[in-house]
Formats: sequence, structure tokens, C-alpha cells
Amino acid sequence: MTEFTPLASTIGGMMIGLSAVLLMLWEGRIAGISGIASRILPPYPDGMPTSRLGFVIGLIAAPLAYILFSGNTVEQTVSSSLPLMVTAGLLVGFGSVWGNGCTSGHGVCGLSRLSKRSFVATAIFMAAAIVTVFITRHIIGA
Amino acid sequence: MSFLVNLALGLLFGVGLVISGMSNPAKVLNFLDLFGTWDPSLAFVMGGAVLVAFIGFKVVLKRPAPIAADLFQLPTRNDIDSPLVIGPAIFGIGWGLGGFCPGPALTALPLAATGTLAFVPAMLLGMWGARMIGQSRAARTST
Repeated sequence: MTEFTPLASTIGGMMIGLSAVLLMLWEGRIAGISGIASRILPPYPDGMPTSRLGFVIGLIAAPLAYILFSGNTVEQTVSSSLPLMVTAGLLVGFGSVWGNGCTSGHGVCGLSRLSKRSFVATAIFMAAAIVTVFITRHIIGA
Repeated sequence: MSFLVNLALGLLFGVGLVISGMSNPAKVLNFLDLFGTWDPSLAFVMGGAVLVAFIGFKVVLKRPAPIAADLFQLPTRNDIDSPLVIGPAIFGIGWGLGGFCPGPALTALPLAATGTLAFVPAMLLGMWGARMIGQSRAARTST
């Protein structure tokens, strides 16, 4: 069980949306994490991805900054086995780049822009994830 | 300068993930578990993010150009091709197995759960593989 947190989740979501809006204002780019993260890996046809590297470092530093300033802890429960997490990582990495976006690029930014492609992509990854959890928790795990 | 602005925006995005609870894969998996221990929080994260971005993009895109670049780089395609179906299907299966999508996985990295430390390198390898295969396919079809 995890606690339902409508207020904290809405506020956190608004911060994510604000970050995406400000990245658009600053550089005119979509805040898609799969695109940003995949482009910090070589090769670099467009030169060194300095700004994308900055974004990724910020993402990684975020919980440390949060813990330091709020004094709170960050809950973290990773229950799946190691081989399952490696498999999941490969699928998430490959699929998000193959489909040109993940929860941020297609989900947040694409839906906000009313992009038809992003509505299709979001519906598919949501459905695939819900079916996967249903199978692992209620069919295999039951 | 662009590095620092991006660092700040990455921090804002990541703190948003932490506050919303999305850096915890257990919370994400419970959202996806409609027929079990359902936690609707993720819908509120998406709702808050889309609300701000929907209004914010409208305001920002009234400008002739962004601040630090010559033009807005917006996707213009409108067709539904096979990568747009296959990619999200593969991504969704992985998301359901591990409870991590790319942003939260990176943000959860310094919390150093063993599963996260296994997930992130595998995710980067998968991303790199998709880029390489995509590029070689593009090169073949253009020649």
C-alpha cells in the first residue's frame, strides 16, 4: 500500500509542468526525459550536449537538494528482483527512444500540446503498463 | 549559462517528482494496479503538470522565439507509424515491470536502492541501442 497524496502530487506535478514551460521559454525544446537522457550518450552529432547534461545532473541532484532543505526523507521501495529491474530498464530505455518519448515528452508535453501522436503513445504505454501489472500481480503473483 | 539554467530546470523537475511521490516506484506500480492496491496519485501528478503546461505553452508560444535559441523546435508530425505503437508498448511493459519511467529512475539514483542501480545502466543501454538501430535504419532507407 502507498498513501494517496492528492495535494502533494498535484503540487509536484505543477512543478514538473512549470519546468517544461520554462525549458520551452528558454530553449524552445520539449522537456522529454528519454530524449534528453539518450542524447547525453555518444555519439554527439550536434556537438557536446552541455545543456542536456545540466538538466540530467539537476534531475539526479533533486532528492539530495530536497532532503537537505526540507529535512524530510524520501520514500523508496523497489520491490522487483534484480533481473526483473535490468529487463525493465532495457525495455523502458529502448521503448521510450523507439517511440520518441516517455511519460514526460508524450505524456506531459504532448498532451498539453494536444498532439495526436502523443495521445496515441500515452494511451498505449498506459494500457501496456496496466496489463503488465495485472499479469504480474494478479495472475502470476496471485 | 544554458548549463546552469538547465541544471535549475532539472532540479525543479526532479523536486517535483520527489514531492509528488513519483520517484518511488511502489507508488507508480500502485497507480497501475487498478484492480488491487490502487493509488490514484499519479493521475493528480499528470493533471497538475498538464494544466500548467497547457496554459504555459500557450503563453510562451506567443513569443516569436525562445530566449536562448533562434526558434521553437516543436514536433510537427501527425501520422501514426509503427514505431509510435511498438515503442510505447515496449516502454509500457518495462514501466509495469519496474515502476520506473526515465525521469523518476534518474531522480531516484542517489537514493541508491539496489534495484535502481541495476535499472538505470540497463535503461541507458536500451536508449543507446534504440538510437543506434534507428540511425542505421535511417541511413539504409536514405541511400
